[in-house]
Amino acid sequence: MRVFTAVIAIAAGVLVLGGYFFPALADVQTLLLNWAIILAGFAALVGIFNLIAVHMGKIRGHEKGRTYSALLIIGLVATFFFGMILRPQHAMMKIVMNGIIIPTEAALMGILTVSLVYAVIRLLRRRADMMGIIFLVTAALLMLGSATLPFGNIPLIGTLLHPWITQILALGGARGILIGVALGTLTTGLRILFGADRPYGGN
Amino acid sequence: MISLVILISSAVLLLIATIWKRKSPAWLREIPAFTRLHRALGLSVEDGTRLHVSLGNGNPLDARGGSAFAGLAMLRIIAERTSLGDKPVIASTGEAVLGLLTQDTLQAGYHIAGVDELYVPTMGRVTGLTPFGYAAGAMHISQNEDISANIMLGRFSSEVALLAEASDRDNVTMIGASDNLTGQAVLFANTQDALIGEELFAAGAYLHAEAAHTASLTVQDILRWLVIAALLGGAFAKFVGII
Repeated sequence: MRVFTAVIAIAAGVLVLGGYFFPALADVQTLLLNWAIILAGFAALVGIFNLIAVHMGKIRGHEKGRTYSALLIIGLVATFFFGMILRPQHAMMKIVMNGIIIPTEAALMGILTVSLVYAVIRLLRRRADMMGIIFLVTAALLMLGSATLPFGNIPLIGTLLHPWITQILALGGARGILIGVALGTLTTGLRILFGADRPYGGN
Repeated sequence: MISLVILISSAVLLLIATIWKRKSPAWLREIPAFTRLHRALGLSVEDGTRLHVSLGNGNPLDARGGSAFAGLAMLRIIAERTSLGDKPVIASTGEAVLGLLTQDTLQAGYHIAGVDELYVPTMGRVTGLTPFGYAAGAMHISQNEDISANIMLGRFSSEVALLAEASDRDNVTMIGASDNLTGQAVLFANTQDALIGEELFAAGAYLHAEAAHTASLTVQDILRWLVIAALLGGAFAKFVGII
C-alpha cells in the first residue's frame, strides 16, 4: 500500500512539474491542481475537527487552561452555526468579524511590538557577539533614518546611510538569502520526487 | 528551457551525490543550532519532557512550500527518536494541509520505530488558520504541556516573536528557522542560535537522515557556486559592454 501511495505521489508530482515545461501536460496539471485545491478545502475542515478534538481532550482531562479551551469551542461552534444560518455577508456576522476577530488580531499585533522591542533590548545579553552588535546598530540606524522628526531627516543618517543600508546592503543580503532558500526548496522538491523524502506516510 | 536544463542537471547531480554519499561519510561544518537540537533531543528522552515542533503556516501547495517539507522531514526523524520517551513530541501548524501531513508524518515516524500503538492523532495539531491565530494557539503548548525545547522550523513571519517570547518566559530552549526574511530577523533577535537562509534545509542532514539529505547539501553548494559565477560573469560582461 505504501509503495502504491509513493508511486501515485511521485507520478502526480512529475505530471504537475511537467505541465510547466510541456504544454501537452498543462491540462493534466490543471486537473491535478484543482483536485488539490478541493482536498485543501476538506483539509481545513479536518484541521478544525482536530482543533476541537485537542481542546475537548483538555476539558475532559481537567488540564491546565481548560477554561480557554471551553471558550474556544463555544466560540467556534457558535460562529460556525450562525455563519451557516445567516451567511457570512449578514450584518451580525460582520459585527463578529469587525468587533471580535479584527480587534483580537490587532491586540496581538500590539503585543508583538512590545515583544520585539523587549527582544532587541535583551539581544546583547543573549548574543554578545559581532553579529549581535551589527544587528543592533543597523536596527538603530534604520529607525533613526526613517523616523518622522519635526526638523526633517537627520543629516547623513536619513539622507545617505539609511538608503545605502536598505537599498544596497540589505537588498543584496536579502537576495542572497532568497537564492539560498530557492536552492534549498529545489533540492527538497527533488528529494520528494525521487521518493527519498515521503511526507505522505511512506517508510 | 533554461529552467528545465537547471532542473534536470540538479536532478542528475542529486542522484550522483546520493550514490557518492552512501559510500563515503559526509563531513558537515558545525552549526550551533543543530548541536543544541541534538542535545535537546537527548535531554527530552532522559528528563521525560516533551519537544514542541512548530511547523509554521507554509502551504505545501504553493511555490514556497519547501520549508514546510523540510520541517516535515525533520519532524519524522524527531518522532522516530523520541517515540519511546515518556512524553511524545507535539507538532503544531497553522495550515490545514500541512496539519494533515504532520499527523501522517508523526504516524510514519512511530511506525518506523515499531511503536504504532503509542501514536495519538492529537500529537499533530492545527492551532489556528491565520498567522496570529496559529501563534496564539501554539503559545499555550509551550506553557502548559511540559515542553523542554521549542523547535520552530517552517514559514513564520513577525508573529513568531509571540511564540519565542512565550518559550523564553518558561525557559524553554528555542531553535528557529524560517524561509521568510521578516521571520528570520525576528528569530535572530529572539533565539540563541537562529538558522539563517538555506540552513533551514540542512536539518535532515544534521540529524543523520538518509544520504539524500547530505547529497542535497552538496548539490546546493555546487549550484550556489554556479550562481556566484553567473553573477560575477554577468557583472563583468556588463562592465566590458558585452551585454
